[in-house]
Amino acid sequence: MSGILVFVEQRDGSIRKGSLEALSEAHRHAAANGWDVAAVLPGSGIEGVAAGLGAYGAGKVFIADDANLKLYSAEGYAEAVVAAAKQMTPHAIFFSATAMGRDLAPRVAAKLGVGGLADVTGLTLEGETFVARRPVYSAKAFATVDTAGKTPQVISLRPNVFSAEEAGGSAEIVKLDGLALSIRAMVKELVSSEGGEIDVAEANIIVSGGRGLKGPENFALMRELAELLGAAVGASRAAVDAGWIDHSHQVGQTGKVVSPTLYIANGISGAIQHLAGMSSSKIIVAINKDPDAPIFKVADYGVVGDLFQVVPAMIEEIKKVKAA
Amino acid sequence: MKCIVCMTHVPDTASIIRIGADGQHIDETGIKWIVSPYDEYALEEALQLTEAKGGEVTVMTYGPQRAEAGLRECLARGAHNAVHILGGEKTLGDSFAIAKVLAAAIKDREFDVILVGVKGVGTDNSQVGQMLAELLDLPHVSNVVKVEWNDGAIVAEREVEGGHEVVESPLPAVLTAQKGLNEPRYAALKGIMAAKRKPVEKVDPSALGLDEDVLAGAEATYNLRSLELPPEKQAGKIIQGEDDPQAAAAELVKLLHEEAKAF
Ligand SMILES: Cc1cc2nc3c(=O)[nH]c(=O)nc-3n(C[C@H](O)[C@H](O)[C@H](O)COP(=O)(O)OP(=O)(O)OC[C@H]3O[C@@H](n4cnc5c(N)ncnc54)[C@H](O)[C@@H]3O)c2cc1C
Ligand SMILES: Nc1ncnc2c1ncn2[C@@H]1O[C@H](COP(=O)(O)O)[C@@H](O)[C@H]1O
Repeated sequence: MSGILVFVEQRDGSIRKGSLEALSEAHRHAAANGWDVAAVLPGSGIEGVAAGLGAYGAGKVFIADDANLKLYSAEGYAEAVVAAAKQMTPHAIFFSATAMGRDLAPRVAAKLGVGGLADVTGLTLEGETFVARRPVYSAKAFATVDTAGKTPQVISLRPNVFSAEEAGGSAEIVKLDGLALSIRAMVKELVSSEGGEIDVAEANIIVSGGRGLKGPENFALMRELAELLGAAVGASRAAVDAGWIDHSHQVGQTGKVVSPTLYIANGISGAIQHLAGMSSSKIIVAINKDPDAPIFKVADYGVVGDLFQVVPAMIEEIKKVKAA
Repeated sequence: MKCIVCMTHVPDTASIIRIGADGQHIDETGIKWIVSPYDEYALEEALQLTEAKGGEVTVMTYGPQRAEAGLRECLARGAHNAVHILGGEKTLGDSFAIAKVLAAAIKDREFDVILVGVKGVGTDNSQVGQMLAELLDLPHVSNVVKVEWNDGAIVAEREVEGGHEVVESPLPAVLTAQKGLNEPRYAALKGIMAAKRKPVEKVDPSALGLDEDVLAGAEATYNLRSLELPPEKQAGKIIQGEDDPQAAAAELVKLLHEEAKAF
């Protein structure tokens, strides 16, 4: 059997959206070529979750159900993925380029003696070779790359770029038994940040604030707009370095790379290192009082004006639209 | 504590990127080269650790001649030793090849921890640290923003979506450093002067039993077909809102809702 193996990430039994995107992308290529798609799902007490993956195109789900896999470990999870890969001998292994995926994929690749194509934003298939497009130099350039004929082709897909679609199938469950788990570095605890806010890396809409907010108290305005839109709150490094908001909100070169459907930059000038984190957003909106701010060069929509006047007015307008 | 820090020398993040004549690499004219910003966090952690507990910091790079400047910068900040494996042009972007070279250079050295950056800016792979750990059969923790150094073990925090994971690991291990781990220092004049006298150990890949032509040929795992600039973005719709912010906001919301269907 050959085809595409997809690593599926779950936490407490809920599947990450990025994994469904990776499964769907695998299904699209496999369906066009008569290949199989299988998922590999490590965790503990996850059998109930596995069956649902059939709907996204997995014909088979390899599950590694073990109390030692309840929390993430690169070594344990890599063991499970490699065991599934040995059974399937896939052309490619897909990961979602989440924190977990980017940690795990290179470990798996090295275990299998191959390299990896990380954080890809476009993928085509030529024969059995995946040709990937990936942002490099902080998205100031794009590289077109392949794995130089090495298989399996280990590829991580940037979250929120590929669409997740139900394919309406059902999956056969295969248990991976007898895994030789030797785990040295092990997650002991997952500490969730402030009041279960949506993380920028996972959000569909991001409302971001920069130095133009003038002080920490004005992030309340960002939160109000974000809440209305079901969005996450992002920030520039200037706002983070000033101590107005935690680094986990920072977007950019030394923050998170995001690609939401909608990114609203408020009082952010659009420095190249900020653009590095958000230029692959589908729709970019800028609100800035300086008509020459570089952010307007990448913006699809923008308002030149004082954010302290524009944003409250936007909030009112959105409420009206939502009420209609 | 004996620390090894892997450093990659990269174009300044503020550089304007142009594509070179071969359509595969950047045009290097006018590029300023720097220590990759995340490697600064890796180095700083090693320096603080050895200042607190004794030991030494060896900084290592696999790169062309110019990368020596990066090693000198690290020496100036306080690293004790520097190792320069010469080469790397042909394997640029091939994380597995780079990890193999570093693993070969490290395997016979004594160390308690290997610190690398979470990502080498430019190639933006975030792979070398994890691959190095696998090749050396070590545990790793990536994306580290905090470390508690205990005897023969660490407790590290790594950044993940929506929170932090607390990870325990024995040493030796590989850690990949994320912003937030510490505040990197600048080199003081005294350090810069001292660095000039410190030796840089030069290593040819062949001395490690590796052939770059093979690494970049038969064993290559990353084939760069082409490099392009991002497509030009169409000019956006910019609304002048200085005089009537209310009307501008209304127009923006209408466009986002009806034209862009963004919410
Ligand atoms: C190695 C390195 C890594 C970096 N990584 C990152 C990163 O990850 N993320 C990041 O963001 N930056 C990063 N930076 C920093 C980056 O270069 C900029 O300094 C930073 O992005 C600036 O943040 P800002 O846009 O909020 O502030 P500024 O550049 O000061 O811009 C503030 C903007 O607010 C506008 N403004 C002010 N008042 C108002 C108002 N009332 N209404 C509307 N607009 C207003 C101004 O016109 C201005 O355009 C990095 C830099 C380096 C060197
Ligand atoms: N050529 C190299 N020489 C030394 N260290 C490197 C090299 N390439 C990558 N690294 C290290 O690995 C980290 C991650 O790089 P990358 O996987 O390329 O994003 C970097 O921050 C460096 O610490």
